[in-house]
Amino acid sequence: MARQKTILFACGTGVATSTAVNATVTEAMKARGLTFNALQCKATEVASMADGVDLIVSTTPISASVTVPIVKGLAFLTGIGKDKALDDIEAELRK
Amino acid sequence: MAQALIDHIHPEAILLGVNAANSEAVIRQLAARLESLGYVKPSYVDAVVKREQTMPTGLPLGLAENVAVPHTDPIHVHRAGVALAVLSQPVDFANMEEPDEAVSVGIVFLLAINDKDKQIEMLQEIMGAIQSPEALTGLKQATSVDDVRAILS
Repeated sequence: MARQKTILFACGTGVATSTAVNATVTEAMKARGLTFNALQCKATEVASMADGVDLIVSTTPISASVTVPIVKGLAFLTGIGKDKALDDIEAELRK
Repeated sequence: MAQALIDHIHPEAILLGVNAANSEAVIRQLAARLESLGYVKPSYVDAVVKREQTMPTGLPLGLAENVAVPHTDPIHVHRAGVALAVLSQPVDFANMEEPDEAVSVGIVFLLAINDKDKQIEMLQEIMGAIQSPEALTGLKQATSVDDVRAILS
């Protein structure tokens, strides 16, 4: 069994859209048979939180200095491109 | 029993046919309601306006009139709730993901969040409404709080 991966969910305040996205992704991945550790933070905290994280899902732009893979989270708010974003997250979790 | 989105929106925090010159004017009208209803502190409104300038909340839905979800840090909030504005004419908000781009917005959900773990359901209800073209069309056509209640229940 592979190590449980960690996803960092980020948004402007770390409380609103990242909470909604976290809940949506957690449910969708559970339906795909995948679980993960979830962290949440403000966009401004991402650089200091990114160590040891496998994937970042963010609804706001992230500093280019962050090297962790990033999936854009806006799809989970608008519904546009949601399936593709879920596929991208699943692919990272299965690596 | 799950609560519906309407259960988080005080009837006096529903503004229909709002005339506003810009996004800040909409935020100020809605925030004044949340403040007078006791949901948020006096510091809330300026915090939301300021945050919108650096971390905007316009959501591009591919529609002529889209949605924005302005909000700010829990420290400015007394209790959780939502205020809703349906605008008579759309105003521009900046795009959450591409802050240099403008999004034409006709419906605004102003969020008061103080404990994210307790407000997951409320946030999911809002996202559900945003992703429902029927709900958005219904809100645009609503002429009374009862109309809004019927759509968001």
